[in-house]
Amino acid sequence: MSLVYAGVLSHAPGITGRAQLVKNVAKRDEFYAALDRQREEIEASGAEALVVIAAEHFANFFMNNMPAYCIGIGEKYSGPIEDPAWLKIEQTKVPGAPDLARRMTQEVLRTVDTAYAEEWKFDHGIMVPLHFLTPQFDLPIIPVNINCQGPPLTPLHRAWSFGEAIRRAADSVPEKIAVVGTGGISHWPATPDSGKINEAWDREFLDRLSRFDKDALLSYSDEETYRDAGQGGFEIRTYIATAAAAGGPCDVQFFTSELPIFAVSCTVARFEIEPGN
Amino acid sequence: MSLYYLQKILYELNRDESTQKAFRQDPADVLYKYELTDEERGAIEDGDIGLLYVLGVNGQILMHYAAFLGIEWFDYLDLMRAGVDRHGPVRAGIYAMTGDGNTFTPEGADKNGENRK
Repeated sequence: MSLVYAGVLSHAPGITGRAQLVKNVAKRDEFYAALDRQREEIEASGAEALVVIAAEHFANFFMNNMPAYCIGIGEKYSGPIEDPAWLKIEQTKVPGAPDLARRMTQEVLRTVDTAYAEEWKFDHGIMVPLHFLTPQFDLPIIPVNINCQGPPLTPLHRAWSFGEAIRRAADSVPEKIAVVGTGGISHWPATPDSGKINEAWDREFLDRLSRFDKDALLSYSDEETYRDAGQGGFEIRTYIATAAAAGGPCDVQFFTSELPIFAVSCTVARFEIEPGN
Repeated sequence: MSLYYLQKILYELNRDESTQKAFRQDPADVLYKYELTDEERGAIEDGDIGLLYVLGVNGQILMHYAAFLGIEWFDYLDLMRAGVDRHGPVRAGIYAMTGDGNTFTPEGADKNGENRK
C-alpha cells in the first residue's frame, strides 16, 4: 500500500544494558515511555512490516567487502550478537519478510546499487529498537544498513537518495510499511569519552531535521561531523535517509542530554509522511 | 602493522560461537590463521583492552570484545584510559580519545560506589 509510519530513535546499547546504572531514573523512564508511545503509533498504523534503517557495528559487514547499503531479504534473523547479559536482551529469533524485502530491493535497485543479504545477525543497533518497538519480536523486520563505521563512508546526499528509494519501494508494494531510522546524533561511543555529547550540535541537527531542510541536512562534511559530533555522528545518515523516505518534517517527541550513561542524546521523533513521487 | 587482521579476528570472535569456543579453549587455535605482529598477538592473548584500543581497533569491535571477556562497563572505560596513559595516543582509526581522560559519566566517577560492583 504505502509508507504508514516513519520515525527515528536512539539505539545505544546502554539504553537496555546499563539501565540499572542510571542516576536520573525519572528521565530514563520518560524516555522509555516515549519509546512505548512510538511502539503504539507503529501498531496503530497497521504496519505489516518494519524497515529498520540502522548503522551496524561489525556484526555482519567488515572491511573485506563493505557495502555502503544493504537490505536484509532473509526469512529470519537472530540476535543479539553481544553477550545477552551485557545487553540485557535475550538471544532470540526475529521474523523477516523475504518476499516483501525482495520486491522492495528490486525497486530500490532502480536508483541505488544496494547490496542485499539473506543472513544477518542483529547487534544492539537493531536489537535495542526492536526490544522497545516489537517486544514480542513478532513483527516482520526488514533490516537495512548504511555503513557509518568503516570509512570511506557513503556521502550524505547518497543516503538521502537511498531514503527516497526506500520510500518508492514502500509505495510500490501492497503491504503497509513502517520505517524507523536509528542512530546516534553527536556522541563518542566506545571510547573513554563515552557519555560526551555536543548538545548544541544535536539541537541544531534536530532543528534541520524537524524543518525538513534538505540543503542544511546535507551540508555537513564528514570532517566537520567528526570534529563536532564525534565518530558516532556519522550515524546521522540513518536519520537523513529516514527523513528522505518520509518526505516531510518531523516532530521531536523526546530529546534529552541528561542520560550520559547511555552515551548519546536519547531521541524519539515521528515524521509527517508527505505524498511520494 | 596488521591492524586489519587484528580487527578481523575480533570481528569473527564477536559474532561466531564456534570461534568463541575455540578461543576459550586455546587462543592459538584461532590466532594461527592470521598474520600479526608480536605486539598484536600478545594484546589479544592477554585480553589487553588498553593496548588493543591504542593499536586502533575499532571501538565497536573492542566494546563487544570487552563484553565477551566479561569486563564491567566502567572498568572497560578505565582500561582504555590506562592504555593511553601507558602506550600513548590511539595510533589509527576513528576512535581516538578526545578528552583528557576524564569521565563524562557521573555514574562512574565514584570508583568505590555501588555502580562499580
